[in-house]
Amino acid sequence: MATPQIQSVPSLWARLQEKSIEQLHIRLESIVVLVGLAAIMAILSPFFLSVSNFMNILLATSTIGVLAIAATFVLSSGGLDLSIGSVLGLSGVVGAAFAVNLGMPTPIAVLATIGAGALAGLVNGWVITRGFVPAFIVTLGMLGIARGLALVISDGRVIYGLPDWMLFLGQGRPFGIPMPVIILIIVAIIMHIVLAYTRYGRHTLAIGDNENAARTAGINVEFHRLTLYTLSGGLAGLAGLLFATRINSGDPTAGITYELTAITAAIIGGTNLFGGRGSILGTMIGAMIMGVLQNGLNLLAVQSYYQQMAIGCVLVLAVFIDQFQQRQETKV
Amino acid sequence: MSLLDLSGIEKSFGSVSVLHGVDLTVGAGEVIGLVGDNGAGKSTLMKIVTGMYQADRGSITLEGDNILELTPGERRARGIEMIYQDLALAKQQDVASNIFLGREPTRRVLGMSLVDRRKMKLDAQKMIDRLGAKLPAITRPVGSFSGGQQQSVAIARALTFNPKIVIMDEPTAALAVREVQSVLDLIRQLKSQGIGVILISHRLNDVLSVTDRIIVLRQGRAAANLLTKETTMPDIVSAIVGGGDVMVAAAHEAQG
Ligand SMILES: Nc1ncnc2c1ncn2[C@@H]1O[C@H](COP(=O)(O)OP(=O)(O)OP(=O)(O)O)[C@@H](O)[C@H]1O
Ligand SMILES: [Mg+2]
Repeated sequence: MATPQIQSVPSLWARLQEKSIEQLHIRLESIVVLVGLAAIMAILSPFFLSVSNFMNILLATSTIGVLAIAATFVLSSGGLDLSIGSVLGLSGVVGAAFAVNLGMPTPIAVLATIGAGALAGLVNGWVITRGFVPAFIVTLGMLGIARGLALVISDGRVIYGLPDWMLFLGQGRPFGIPMPVIILIIVAIIMHIVLAYTRYGRHTLAIGDNENAARTAGINVEFHRLTLYTLSGGLAGLAGLLFATRINSGDPTAGITYELTAITAAIIGGTNLFGGRGSILGTMIGAMIMGVLQNGLNLLAVQSYYQQMAIGCVLVLAVFIDQFQQRQETKV
Repeated sequence: MSLLDLSGIEKSFGSVSVLHGVDLTVGAGEVIGLVGDNGAGKSTLMKIVTGMYQADRGSITLEGDNILELTPGERRARGIEMIYQDLALAKQQDVASNIFLGREPTRRVLGMSLVDRRKMKLDAQKMIDRLGAKLPAITRPVGSFSGGQQQSVAIARALTFNPKIVIMDEPTAALAVREVQSVLDLIRQLKSQGIGVILISHRLNDVLSVTDRIIVLRQGRAAANLLTKETTMPDIVSAIVGGGDVMVAAAHEAQG
């Protein structure tokens, strides 16, 4: 019996999407959302479209951006790191304590800041891969431990007065561009290359995709995971450095709920919550979306309590849309 | 000296003892059929060879070298490849990523060692063409392929790096008639290149047509070691089921 053949010609959108994902590792929807959101904000607030506000957005995005890179690596490997916000706070306090209380020179204080984060991440990774405790539990525990430790080290007080060279990292403006923005861009480019084009990055995605396949291919899955959590902690430490040097102090309460924003940014950027897919360029778009959203709500004088709610809603909505699309694709 | 030599392999999972003292040898260019009931321990034995599982007791040598202490990656580098029953593919990654997983070719760019995607794609396409497999596009995630197409990718992965020994766990389970023939041809081709092959299959006709020797696993032991050219279907069937309704089972297999 002859049934009419339905020729499915991929739409222009589908073809663009495929190119975009293959070449840039970005999902087109996220760009559309970013542009649409910016357009709405520009209509609602006359201050939105200005060079100085643009710099503000980038500056505010820099800390979250670095954390979101950490979240992307861990999520796309099928893991989860809930401790990055707390580790950010701990690192900032450690760095400030080294520089102010101990009077250490800037390079050592900087290394201590990032090192404290990496160490917390190493502990996470060690317990997860050697103790076989689920990442959710280990990093949730670290969320509490790192925050508590930050309060213990600082005695619950903000440590003020960082040395000038450290301040340059947070407040310097070479060529009129804030240093944290420059650092974020450099880190993002490097980490994009690592995730998309190196064996380390490809293995990260493969582990998140099918751990067993990675293992049969000869990849040392446990060791790889250990390095990923250490990397995540180290990036949280870098974010702590950017945050502390921007506000000129080690604040033990810095970064509370930042893991929420960072994970949201990674997921709207196209990272698969269950692993196997992720891109740093996509995550940067996601971080910009979060930055524009927060900046716009600030300009519209929306109370920060509501902003928390907005971010939570965006996270659930982003995962809902992703799951919805996947169900559409696999529907029988 | 044989290529691969297993002796006295024992393995239990907790209180469940699966293998108690299995011996098996494979020579270069020799095709071994490994058969047995569901749950007889065929896959377990082969995973012990690739290093995915650790044996409780026994020894494994490859070309005379003890490989028991080597990791799965090191054993792969020594030339032991396996096509797993569950295929073990990364479903969201494309064909090239799967074929080269763990062994991506790299090139240096500005002092960084980056994965050479272009070479990977070219070589992957070559391998797929050599196998005569029909894939929609090698840039698609393999999860979007049919079972048989995925099987082709798994086979391509095992053959790309000049293996010394290839273990195939049900490689034809999801394949159509013509593709089954091409896998059997492939096995003969591997044999002619001096590569050792272990074929696990429930399709006894295929096993009889392509192997040199057949090992039957029953109750955790190599219950029979048969020369294929002196063996008939009823011999294998009775070794697998171990008495009982041999006649009925053999008659049924003979029809198939
Ligand atoms: N990871 C594991 N943990 C516990 N028991 C296992 C594990 N893997 C296999 N077994 C048990 O070992 C026995 C042998 O399993 P195996 O997969 O080796 O059988 P098989 O011969 O390959 O069977 P089939 O023909 O169905 O593939 C089974 O009883 C199975 O339940
Ligand atoms: Mg099996």
